[in-house]
Order: sequence, then C-alpha cells, then structure tokens
Amino acid sequence: MIISWQKEVTRRLLIFVEMALIGILAAKTELFAAYPDGTVLLQRVDQNSVAKTQVVEIKMIIHGRRSDRTLKSRSFIEGQERAFSEYTSPPREQGTKMLKLGDQLWTFDPRTDRTIQISGHLLRQSVMGSDLSYEDMMEDERLSDNYSATVAGSDTVEGRECWILELRGKHTDLAYPKSKIWVDKERYVALKGERFAKSGKLLKSMTAKRIDRLDGRWVATWILYKDELKTGGGTEFIIESAKYDIDIPEQVFSKASLRR
Amino acid sequence: MIRFLLKGLLRDRSRSFFPILIVSAGVALTVILYSYFNGVEIDAIRNYAVFATGHVKAMSRAYAEQAELIPNDLALLGVDSLMQDLETNYPQVRWTGRIRFGGLLDIPDENNETRIQGPVTGLAVDLFSVDTPEIDFLGLHRSLVQGKLPQSPGEVLIAEEYAGQLGLSAGSRVTLVSATMNGSLALENFLIAGTVRFGMAAMDRSAMIADIGDIRLALDMEDAAGEILGFFSDEIYKDEDAMAIAAEFNQAAPTDDEFAPVMYALSEQSDLRGMLQQTDSVIGMINGVFIAVMAMVLWNAGLMGTIRRYGEIGVRLAMGENKGSVYRSLILEALMIGFVGSLLGTAIGLGFAYLLQSKGIDAAGMMKSSNVMMSNVLRARITAGSFFVGFLPGLLAILLGTGLSGLSVYKRQTSQLFKELEV
Repeated sequence: MIISWQKEVTRRLLIFVEMALIGILAAKTELFAAYPDGTVLLQRVDQNSVAKTQVVEIKMIIHGRRSDRTLKSRSFIEGQERAFSEYTSPPREQGTKMLKLGDQLWTFDPRTDRTIQISGHLLRQSVMGSDLSYEDMMEDERLSDNYSATVAGSDTVEGRECWILELRGKHTDLAYPKSKIWVDKERYVALKGERFAKSGKLLKSMTAKRIDRLDGRWVATWILYKDELKTGGGTEFIIESAKYDIDIPEQVFSKASLRR
Repeated sequence: MIRFLLKGLLRDRSRSFFPILIVSAGVALTVILYSYFNGVEIDAIRNYAVFATGHVKAMSRAYAEQAELIPNDLALLGVDSLMQDLETNYPQVRWTGRIRFGGLLDIPDENNETRIQGPVTGLAVDLFSVDTPEIDFLGLHRSLVQGKLPQSPGEVLIAEEYAGQLGLSAGSRVTLVSATMNGSLALENFLIAGTVRFGMAAMDRSAMIADIGDIRLALDMEDAAGEILGFFSDEIYKDEDAMAIAAEFNQAAPTDDEFAPVMYALSEQSDLRGMLQQTDSVIGMINGVFIAVMAMVLWNAGLMGTIRRYGEIGVRLAMGENKGSVYRSLILEALMIGFVGSLLGTAIGLGFAYLLQSKGIDAAGMMKSSNVMMSNVLRARITAGSFFVGFLPGLLAILLGTGLSGLSVYKRQTSQLFKELEV
C-alpha cells in the first residue's frame, strides 16, 4: 500500500518536471525565433558603413583632462585598404598627413619634412591626442570580416529600438577580441559600442549622437568615442561632409602625395 | 700604573699581540664596509638628485601621482612666474625646470625615410642660459666622449653606447618621435652635437639630453615643465631643510586644484627614504655584529689569558692586592690594547677604503638592466665618520670581552690561594 503511494508521488513529480522542461524549451525556442541572425545583422551594418570610396571632412573635438581642442581633417578612403588624410587645422597640425596602404601607415610632418612609418607600439598611441589610436584607424571597417556575431537581446538607445550584438574576434591579432554593439532595428546603424580586452576589461566605448541619411545610407555623423582608460571627456567625431562612391585619383594613395 | 701596565704589555707579547690583531682586523673591516656603503649611498643620492629628484622637486599634483609614467600632459604651466616665486622665497636653493620625455629616435636614410628607430629616454634641461647650473650638475663636460656640448638650438647629446647601437656619431641628424603635451604625434629634427657616457646603465642605455627650449617647441609645452628641481647652493643634500622647504611650499599651495604645484624632498621620492634607512640599518647591523663577535672572541682570548696568568693573579691576590684592583688593571690593559688595535685597524681600513674609493668595484654587469640611478663602478667614500666608526666598537668589544673573562678574578678564594700556588 505504502509502496504504491510512493510510486504515484514519484510519477506525478516526473510529469511535473517534464512539463516544466517542455515549457522552458518552448519559451526559449520562441525567444530565439524572435531574434534575427547575428551574421546577417552584421552584414547589414557593414552595408551601411562601408563604401567603395569615401571623401569625408571631419571635425574632431577632443575633451582633454585640461582643455578642449578642435581639429579638422579631410580624408580620402578607398575600400578597406587605402586611406589618405590631411589635417587642415589648427595651425600646429595643419599639413600633417597620413597614408594607410594595407597594413602599413605613414605620417608626414611638414615642420620636420619627415615621413615616418607608424609601427610597433606607436600604433597604440593616440591619434592627435584623441581617444582613438592609430590601431583603431587601421582596423578593417567591415566588422563581418573580423567578428562573428550573436544577438544577445534588445535594448533602447536614445529612444531607438536596438539589437544587442555580441561580437567575437575571428582572428587572434585583433586589437579588441570582444566587442558589443547596439544596432538600430530599422536603420542598421550601430548607435552604441563597447570594445573589450581579452580579459573582459572595457577599453573603448562609442555612442552615436546623431544619425543622418547621406547618399542613401544611414550614417552616424556625430559620435562620441571614449577611451575608458583615460580620464578626459572623450572625443567627438563629427562628419561635416561626406561623399560616397566617387572617383579618387590614384596618386592620392601614394607616398609622394604626403609631401605634396 | 699605566706605565707599569704598558711595560707588561710590551714585554709579554702574548698578552697584547693576539687581541690587538683581532681588534685591528675587526675595526679595519668596519671602516671598509662603512666607507663602501657610505660611498654607494652618497653616489645614489647624488645621482638621484642630479638626474631625477633634485634636492626638492615641484610637480603638478596630477603629474606627481603618475610621475613614473612621465605624464607631460599634466605638466606644470606658468613655469616662468613659478620659478621667479621660488627664487624669491627660497634663495638658498637653485631652481631649474626640466622635461623628461620618452619616444623614438628615428634615423633617416638617404631618401629621408626611416632607416632605423630606437626607443629614447630624454631629459630636457636648460643648456643655453648664461647662468645655467645644469651643465655642472649633470657633469656634461666630463661625460663628453665625442663631439662637443650643444652650442645652439636644435643640437642634442645622446648616450655613447646608444649612439653606437644606432650607428650614430657627432654630426648625425635624427628625428625625435614623441607626443606633444596634448597627445598629438610630435616630430622634431635634431643634430647630434656629441655623445656622452654617464657611467650609469639607467642613463647610458638610451639617453638623450636636449635643451628645454627645443623640447618645449617640439612637445608644444610653451612655458611648461614637467618638473622644477631645486638644489641647495652648496650642492649638499640636507634632509631636514629639504623637508621644511617642501612642507612650507605645500602649505601655501592650493589643495583643490589637481594642476597646482606640489613639492617633495629628495628622500620622499622614488623610495629613497627606504633605501637610506636600509643603508643605515646595514651599517648599524655590521657594527652590532662586529661588537658581539669580537666581544666573544676577546672574551675567549681573555679567559685563556686569565688561565695563563692564573699564577700571576694568584700571587697578586696573595700579596694583598684586592680583587677590584686586579680587575681594574685588566680593564685598563684592555683599554690600552683596544686603543692601539682600533688606531691600527682604522689606519688599515682607511687604506683599503681609499683604494676602493679611487679604483672602485666594476658592477656594470649587474647594472646592465637596472633602472636605479647608480653608477656602474661602485666606490667607497671616506668621510669624517670613517675615522671614528670603528673606534668605539673596537674599544667596546675588548672591554666587554675582558670585562666578562676578568670576572673569574672574583671567583678566586683567598683561602685556597696558597694551596693553588703550591700546585
């Protein structure tokens, strides 16, 4: 009698656990079914930000620990491999040029009439005192080339619905092996980003302050970058004008153009 | 009495020779070690003062917190007026602004492109003012190996060994790649006027000495300096005075501004206080161990002496000399031996210390990767203290040894004396 009572209790318990498990699985499947594929999302983001060629005029406001500085530059970019930038103000930086060809970077300083290759630990130095490093500048803009993505949830940034994408580096030589971006669900623009060291320590963060429609694509035209290891107030990166997919003369991307 | 004892000591050499030998050896060792540690300490203080800390140093509060990182973005501003204030308020100190900087030295090829690069540790000092004390402070004239001292803006000195590694010599052109005060990339061309060797691995590895005016221009640091160093006019560091100046200065400086200046005495910087205390402890320990070991050796020697002089002491007691008088005569003898031994030991010790002072011990191998501001050749330094440091321990050791062994005098029983003497 006692044994059959115990059997009945065990049977009912098992049914309860089984039902609970089925419920959890169902909820989880539904949840995942509602999330888009991370890789597809990342490719949509890349489509928005990467162009065949770009000519952009940028204003950089650096909020240092002591004071603020404003720099202006004009950049010519072709795909992921070639870029040429010239600083147009302030007077001390005017005429400073940078050339990126593949994984090599040179800078030209008109005061010294010297062209110096930026390599080794210099790549980790800040660009003009900003919160961006040369390494950041050298990074491949096409995220899907370097990272695999999974959707970790959704969130609201600056009133816009976003997918949270967790990015894991595909290669070991990336400056940031882990990253997290908040992608606008409608415009596929990253509105917020966090970049981490291998240890999980937050190194850099970015917040898009303004999104504009330029040449048929949504572009973050005002971004606040913050080096989380520095004490300043971050660097505002403002795109003052941008032209996409226009012809750039070949000689722009030559070392000779640095001295021109 | 003294004459009588002296005669005894001279005529009975076994009473004096061995104890004098021990005391002399111990005193000589103490003098040598004291002078050696003294030399190392004085050398370290001098080098730290000259190349890094000054006798006092003013920095911005924010800079001071990360001084090892050389954060020139947090450097002092308005340095000219601050230096004027310092000169007015502390005329006993000579003030000089400095900028330490790091970066790369880029050496161009025939196309003016990078041929080779090497990391550089720079020190910008006032090289061109008429009354600049820096050339003497840094000993640039005696450190010069080739070329000449910088005569005009744009000329620099670099370490001889570093120049050799990069294939540079006087007359070579180099470009300094560094960061401006604002963090921008800074490039500046320099002409190497000459090469120097300071005899310190920390400086000779990759040092560059430039004029502060040139570096201000290169690093966009107008009227700025990372550090303002102060040196007492007689160039002798006085810790109490330095601490008093720093305390007075800091009391008057605002505390709520992270860029306000703050001053530190030499002993408050770079763990120097710990190092100085450690050296003092080592010297104290050597003296302590010396006294203890010598006392034990001399106690033993005294015991043996008392046994050897068993008969003599017995006769003296039997003839009516009281025990206190015998004991006092032994102590007086010890004092005379101690005096002679200490004198001899000090002379021998000073001789060896002088040798160590003039020749030194070459420790370049040990210093190769050291960042400590210590010379590669470690030298002893004979100071007034060297003449006295072994004397008192020498006297104390033999007094202690004889005092303990001499106590056996009091154990002799007068009633037993004749029986003992018959034996």
